Amino acid sequence: MSIGSTPLRFRVTIDPDRCMNCGRCIENCSYGVYRKEGDSIRINSRNCVACHRCLAFCPRDAIEIEEKPGDYRSHPVWTREIREAVFNQAKTGRIISGGMGNALPWPIIFDRLVLDACQVTNPSIDPLREPMELRTYIGKKPSSLSIRERPGKDVELLTKLTPNLQIETPIMIGHMSYGAISLPAQQAMARAVHRIGTFMGTGEGGLHQSLYPYQKNMIVQVASGRFGVDIDYLERGAAIEIKIGQGAKPGIGGHLPGEKVCADVACTRMIPEGSDAISPAPHHDIYSIEDLKQLVHGLKEATEWKKPVFVKIAAVHNTAAIAAGIARSGADAVVIDGFRGGTGSAPVVFRDHVGIPIEAAVASVDAKLRSQGIRNEVSIIASGGIRQSADVAKIICLGADAVYIGTSALVAMGCRVCGTCNRGMCAWGIATQKPELTKRLDPETNAVQVENLIHGWTLELGELMGAAGINSIESLRGNRDRLRGYMLDEGLLNVLDVKTVGA
Amino acid sequence: MKTLTIDAKDIHYTPLNQQIRAAIADGAKEITLNNVLGQRFIGDGLRGDDVTITVNGVPGGDLGMFMSGPTLIVHGNADHAPGNTMDKGRVIIHGSAGDAVAHSMRGGRVYVRDNIGYRGGIHMKKYLEKRPILVVGGSARAFLGESMAGGLVIVLGLGGVPPIAEQGVGSGIHGGEIFVRGPVDNLCLGNGTKQAPVTEEERAMIRPIIEDFAQSFGIDSTPLLAAEYTRIAAVSARPFANKYTLE
Amino acid sequence: MCGIIGVIDRRRQCMDGTKIKEALASMDERGSGEGAGYVAYGIYPDYKDYYALHVFFDNIRENKAPLDNLLEKWGTIIHDEQIKTYEQPGLRKVHTPWRYFFRPDRGMMPKSTTPDEDIVTHIVMKVNSERNGALIFSSGKNLGVFKAAGWPEDVANFYRIQDYQGYLWLAHNRYPTNTAGWWGGAHPFNLLNWSVVHNGEITSYGTNRRYIESYGYKCTMYTDTEVVAYLVDLLVRKHGLSEKMAVRALAPPFWDEIDRMPAKEQELNRAIRLTYGPALMNGPFAICVANENSLVGFTDRIKLRPLVSGESGDRLFISSEEAAIRRIDPDVENITMPKAGEPVIGRVIA
Repeated sequence: MSIGSTPLRFRVTIDPDRCMNCGRCIENCSYGVYRKEGDSIRINSRNCVACHRCLAFCPRDAIEIEEKPGDYRSHPVWTREIREAVFNQAKTGRIISGGMGNALPWPIIFDRLVLDACQVTNPSIDPLREPMELRTYIGKKPSSLSIRERPGKDVELLTKLTPNLQIETPIMIGHMSYGAISLPAQQAMARAVHRIGTFMGTGEGGLHQSLYPYQKNMIVQVASGRFGVDIDYLERGAAIEIKIGQGAKPGIGGHLPGEKVCADVACTRMIPEGSDAISPAPHHDIYSIEDLKQLVHGLKEATEWKKPVFVKIAAVHNTAAIAAGIARSGADAVVIDGFRGGTGSAPVVFRDHVGIPIEAAVASVDAKLRSQGIRNEVSIIASGGIRQSADVAKIICLGADAVYIGTSALVAMGCRVCGTCNRGMCAWGIATQKPELTKRLDPETNAVQVENLIHGWTLELGELMGAAGINSIESLRGNRDRLRGYMLDEGLLNVLDVKTVGA
Repeated sequence: MKTLTIDAKDIHYTPLNQQIRAAIADGAKEITLNNVLGQRFIGDGLRGDDVTITVNGVPGGDLGMFMSGPTLIVHGNADHAPGNTMDKGRVIIHGSAGDAVAHSMRGGRVYVRDNIGYRGGIHMKKYLEKRPILVVGGSARAFLGESMAGGLVIVLGLGGVPPIAEQGVGSGIHGGEIFVRGPVDNLCLGNGTKQAPVTEEERAMIRPIIEDFAQSFGIDSTPLLAAEYTRIAAVSARPFANKYTLE
Repeated sequence: MCGIIGVIDRRRQCMDGTKIKEALASMDERGSGEGAGYVAYGIYPDYKDYYALHVFFDNIRENKAPLDNLLEKWGTIIHDEQIKTYEQPGLRKVHTPWRYFFRPDRGMMPKSTTPDEDIVTHIVMKVNSERNGALIFSSGKNLGVFKAAGWPEDVANFYRIQDYQGYLWLAHNRYPTNTAGWWGGAHPFNLLNWSVVHNGEITSYGTNRRYIESYGYKCTMYTDTEVVAYLVDLLVRKHGLSEKMAVRALAPPFWDEIDRMPAKEQELNRAIRLTYGPALMNGPFAICVANENSLVGFTDRIKLRPLVSGESGDRLFISSEEAAIRRIDPDVENITMPKAGEPVIGRVIA
């Protein structure tokens, strides 16, 4: 007996009284939900992924998309998703892959943390009236300075500082490769970070020629596949990032299927067109922590010690100790990608079940580095599940220097978080390489949107700091006293080193 | 021609590479490094197609990493990963080398006169006219050509050693090819590989490479050219094509 | 809100505590009667080579012996005695103040370049974090802190500070917010020869505390002020910065000011902010910091708390209010209001 069909995930309906038969829904849907039959528009709801492209471009608000119109018998253990995964694998015998980030309803620690504000005993600061400093430097800092002062002479700084990245807001855009996302999407974000004075990552797909004008705001990534990596690429970037792991799929490699390797992607990655781009799980020149140091030094030596080198890891159980090892490797920053981090494609079993949340990871890394007296050796960049300015403020209080955003930048370009990035059919032109879809993105329009988002968050961050009586982001960093946990258990409060509300 | 000799005794690799860079900027074409002992990253990220650097001694790991152009000739053994992510140029080792030789190499050639360690040629790849070549005179240990995505590996088994005697050759290979002198036991082959005797066309293709290798080390190429070879390549260029189902 | 005052005589001419008491009491409106304190430098000339440890014991019988043992383990107690106190109607004596003159045994910290200071710091941190009925609230040489929960005049009379002769004084009148008025929470805070009085609230306390604790200091007083003493100790004693550069680190110029500086100055100030970002103190504050050679006063970067300074002969005064200074010396000159973040420094010349 075959398994047969399963209930619809979405039901699409068109209100005939409102529809004017313009056909925009047919043009816009890349998943084949709509087709014209005679004078009417027919719907195949089964194809719908709820990307809302049709809905967004329907001039008459005629379309309605209903989630789970019919459902299974409800059951707290055998959820719909569990049952459908069983059906899927019973039919195929394969690994289930999905896009976007962790899709299980884990509790979100950010939403159980509240920020502080001043009342009476110290004044709030209005960032529009008085200085508010969000400038952040990413990189290694000396543990102390040696300064020579002699009467009648200039004060002399004897300590030599190593290169740092200067950012005017602690918000950067993380690594989403050309291949995982489209070129216009990268171009839009590149323009945005260039104007704001922050940085974005190239991902492991190399640096496309059209992004060279923005290279001073790009962090070039070196992943296990070494795609697109040569000396020119390393020299172009403002910083170099070694990708060890990714929050959406800790411990495994990556795999860009040949269908997504168009001529242009092939050229940027420096591989043959249409070939699979396979990133091994480990770097095959890093099998131990001293090998990491070797690669860090190899990259610095190649670029004559002019560039900060970051190391990105997925947040896993032992992240604090691993980060302490990284801090000793000569790396200038450690990027920690939490288990809610996004992805173009990942096995669902990894995306949803492996790794730990960024809040706990950053708190434990910051504490560990402090306890070993090496916090100044590396900056901490938090990534994976940063959704709003409040998350930025909270993770900085927990010890991060700056954040990488990913999904939120894509959402600023129209992404509706439908989670089918892995299919390469993104109707918004973001997670696809199909020319007819990627041309839907206008780099300039989308650059403005991404810029607006980061600008808005930055303003909010300034307001939050001002309300807490802080006018310089250094004083927010690691300031866990300005957080309280709301309904968090004692173990977690200890890890976060945060008191409960009311305490 | 402008030449330069540097006594590398007890010099750290950073000032050593700085001296090399300065010499190249100054027009030096032939640079000799004497008393090299353990310095890593020699030639790291270095450019200069017409530059030859002779290394006398035993260099440390990642020799010629990210290199794009020069020729490095080593009189001695090399450590791990010579030619790591190299783009262009040559690394010629008059001796043996450690693990992960030619790791992720995209272009250029690495010749090792004697033997190499584990995972030689791992994840080598090719791009347009760039096709990396690794030739090993003696033998290679396990996992030769693992995850190979392009390029060419040749193992000759000179000096009476079997070229291949361990597991995992070509495991996960999805591009490129491995040539081994003589027959290869199926037990040595990794996942997703197949072997076949070389065709005449393939023999013609590797011939000039073997001649060039032999010439580099002053070896008589006649018996090598006359020998039988086995070609190991991927069963499928898309080894993961049937691994996934959509959520 | 609190009131602070400090005075230094550059030629080490001593003053008794009478005028300081009057000056501090004149700012009673700034306090709440829950804490006041004084520190005087130069008061123990006979024991000037030994660390003068002032201790609050909850109970002499129970708590003193363990401290004696600890001190004997790390060095020699040269002399110890109860600090003389005089009952005041408005002040409840909940602790017994004690003083030790202590000589650390350098051999106990062979790896340290400053073994004496490190031993004393270690003992202070250990005793104060263990909270076994003993609190060391003063640990410098030839100086002493006198403090309690009460109004300034009551605390002064309780210790009869007019009987002490010092060339440098700090005093503080407390209006507590973060912790109730307990004796340990009153200012001045002291570590080794550093003493601090502070008006305001440090909003960056959480950051500063974690920074300083990664260097082995332990914040044990439930209040933000003690980090200042430790930060100054770290920056000046351990890192070798001048008081001026240390204040630059604690209350640095704004980035837009730094960006406008000449290249060399820019490099220096950027390096200070990068290196000492976690030491930057935020929020409203006016602070006086002293050691045996100097008195430094400074405010937060946007001048949220008041601070005035004045001079009279060899004496430099710093206070929350000009009137308090004139209580001590009506003829004081050069009354100025220091620029936000810039220190007023008085240094001994003899």
